[in-house]
Amino acid sequence: MSPDLLKLIFGRLGLESLPLHEPIVVGTFVVVALGGAALLGGLTYFRLWGYLWREWFTTVDHKRIGIMYMILGIVMLLRGFADALMMRGQQMLAFNGSEGYLNAHHYDQIFTAHGVIMIFFVAMPLVTGLMNYVVPLQIGARDVSFPFLNNFSFWMTVGGAVLVMASLFIGEFARTGWLAYPPLSNIGYSPDVGVDYYIWALQVAGVGTTLSGINLICTIVKLRCPGMTMMKMPVFTWTSLCTNVLIVASFPVLTVVLALLSLDRYVGTNFFTNDFGGSPMMYVNLIWIWGHPEVYILVLPAFGIFSEVTSTFSGKRLFGYTSMVYATVVITILSYLVWLHHFFTMGSGASVNSFFGITTMIISIPTGAKMFNWLFTMYRGRIRYELPMMWTIAFMLTFVIGGMTGVLLAVPPADFVLHNSLFLIAHFHNVIIGGVVFGAFAGINYWFPKAFGFKLDPFWGKMSFWFWVTGFYLAFMPLYVLGLMGVTRRLRVFDDPSLQIWFVIAAIGAVFVFIGILAMLMQFAVSLLKREQLKDVTGDPWDARTLEWATSSPPPDYNFAFTPVVHDNDAWWDMKRRGYQRPLTGFKPIHMPSSTGTGIILAGFATAMGFALVWYMWWLAALSFIAMLAVGIGHTFNYHRDFDIPADDVIRTEDARTKLLAGAK
Amino acid sequence: MSTDIHAAGAHDHHHEGGHAHSTFSGYMLGFVLSVVLTAIPFWLVMSGALPSKQITALVIMAFAIVQIVVHMVYFLHMNTTSENGWTMMALIFTIVMVVIALSGSLWVMSHLNSNMMPMHQMSGMK
Repeated sequence: MSPDLLKLIFGRLGLESLPLHEPIVVGTFVVVALGGAALLGGLTYFRLWGYLWREWFTTVDHKRIGIMYMILGIVMLLRGFADALMMRGQQMLAFNGSEGYLNAHHYDQIFTAHGVIMIFFVAMPLVTGLMNYVVPLQIGARDVSFPFLNNFSFWMTVGGAVLVMASLFIGEFARTGWLAYPPLSNIGYSPDVGVDYYIWALQVAGVGTTLSGINLICTIVKLRCPGMTMMKMPVFTWTSLCTNVLIVASFPVLTVVLALLSLDRYVGTNFFTNDFGGSPMMYVNLIWIWGHPEVYILVLPAFGIFSEVTSTFSGKRLFGYTSMVYATVVITILSYLVWLHHFFTMGSGASVNSFFGITTMIISIPTGAKMFNWLFTMYRGRIRYELPMMWTIAFMLTFVIGGMTGVLLAVPPADFVLHNSLFLIAHFHNVIIGGVVFGAFAGINYWFPKAFGFKLDPFWGKMSFWFWVTGFYLAFMPLYVLGLMGVTRRLRVFDDPSLQIWFVIAAIGAVFVFIGILAMLMQFAVSLLKREQLKDVTGDPWDARTLEWATSSPPPDYNFAFTPVVHDNDAWWDMKRRGYQRPLTGFKPIHMPSSTGTGIILAGFATAMGFALVWYMWWLAALSFIAMLAVGIGHTFNYHRDFDIPADDVIRTEDARTKLLAGAK
Repeated sequence: MSTDIHAAGAHDHHHEGGHAHSTFSGYMLGFVLSVVLTAIPFWLVMSGALPSKQITALVIMAFAIVQIVVHMVYFLHMNTTSENGWTMMALIFTIVMVVIALSGSLWVMSHLNSNMMPMHQMSGMK
């Protein structure tokens, strides 16, 4: 075939785009290919494809979508953490004239991919998954407001993750750092496909995130059960509401910034170039208008989880519910007023820097109020140190340290010294791991019995806990020290041999965390095997307080046979105290949304379009765009959108639960 | 877009606020107002009725803001009571966010422009 024709078909994709010259990548590819082939072969052998398609991929059930988000987050955690281990290994070795084992081209991709994956494809799916699973149950709803949209949002997030993963084996990923600052990310300095993968992965996933934000806001505002006024909502639902408001208000900024960057790269505009009136500083300004709210998007739901866990395992009503709600709302607003603290050193001058320094410090006030609320909830409580509570205690200790180093960094003169150093790296890992990741783990351990009907194994959970927590301190405390000594981030080789010991300690910490992750996977496997022993027949294994524990574990498709009526903040606790009796008769058919494959098909075309745009395969991009429109329009003619669960089925499900409950007594 | 759970009839508490409904005369009034509010700025530019370009630009901005309000009230049916006040709340929140983002960016970028652009003398930071 002529080169012109090949170029027309494949764009800039050719055999030389495959990273065959990188032995590490080739090795990874072999392992992934063998593992993937085994997985696909296993699914085919056990004839699971039909089951997966009908029951999971096309489902519009918020519970199953929530579980799929969690699986996505955990799978991507393995990828993101592999990157972290490689960085720690490189930085530990590259002393005394050694170049380490990663070349600059590969190392730069690794730190970029680590940041992008951990924020967008680990933290976001874990947080969104928990909100998706728990919020409708906590407010006594049957599902989210727009169940099909929920399925579509999930698959768009997967589409973004697929693009990032594809970049590992086809072409390369960005070498720009996780926010892809221009001018480095402009076509002149990054002519290859890395930044394009970055742009389209985030654009595809961003659609999903924004739509799921709209969906959850609408769910919380419109679908609360009778009696649940705003100030009777569980705190996790409150923090979810604020998080989704932040998502809807800030993600469009990211979308626009990336769209402008892609215009610069694809059609030669000059928004963020150095010349022709472009301003790279504008990119930094705009992306942090999204970027700062983003960290609160991640941490607010974690705060909600800790609130639920603390009050449940202290056996007490949450201290200061009202102040907790107001603190959350204040953080929501303030998170929009601090973005400049990410670029104090860009040259704004004293007045701007002091304004943003002060607003940043003010945020620690509502956060501190929350911390005291949790402490006062525990005060004189009968605390049960189960796994969720252990993660919460670890969070409280760790997050306070991270918060204090954050306030230190908020002082502009101090930031001029510490900017871009490993101190900053230690700080944000301190708050993101200590806050978001520990929160997600607390949430997983807390709600797992609700989702699957059996508790997680405590032994392996505790192994995971102790390895994670000690590993975290071992890995990041040395980075504080190194940062104070002036070591900057993203370095590949070092001259000063006296620094090596700190990197060795950090690498040991990373290995500890790795063992913690393995122990967590072990925990899932062991719990599955011991599910009969760990079984939860009551639906309320922790003697908890909010509505999701009022239904069975796992909940039936319709969540609640009768919509609950709420009289108190801790609705389920109140129902238990008043001697609530489950209704045993009078069941009616329940109207439910039907599954549809449209979401996964649309997201598949969107991903294909992203891939095509990365490689300049214009025909494929146009084709997948038209296909997306066609499928989207076609879906509007699908009138089989809902069905009724017959009353007999409801009676059968509820009778089975009655028997289970009777057996438990 | 998709099956609304309200169709299940399980949640019937959303009627108190209700939607704002509009009438033919409401739409006509909005239409006439927006045409007038568009025509005046055109006339201002074409006739040069105001002495300076800067004043003209500011007046046009003012008309644009009134235009936005007209669209929201007459076409989007914005009022303080629909959906139990949630639409108004969302509007206020959006305005706050947009004002913060725009004015903050202008402030930050003007500082960066005067401090960091190469053609200026380094005359000390503000």
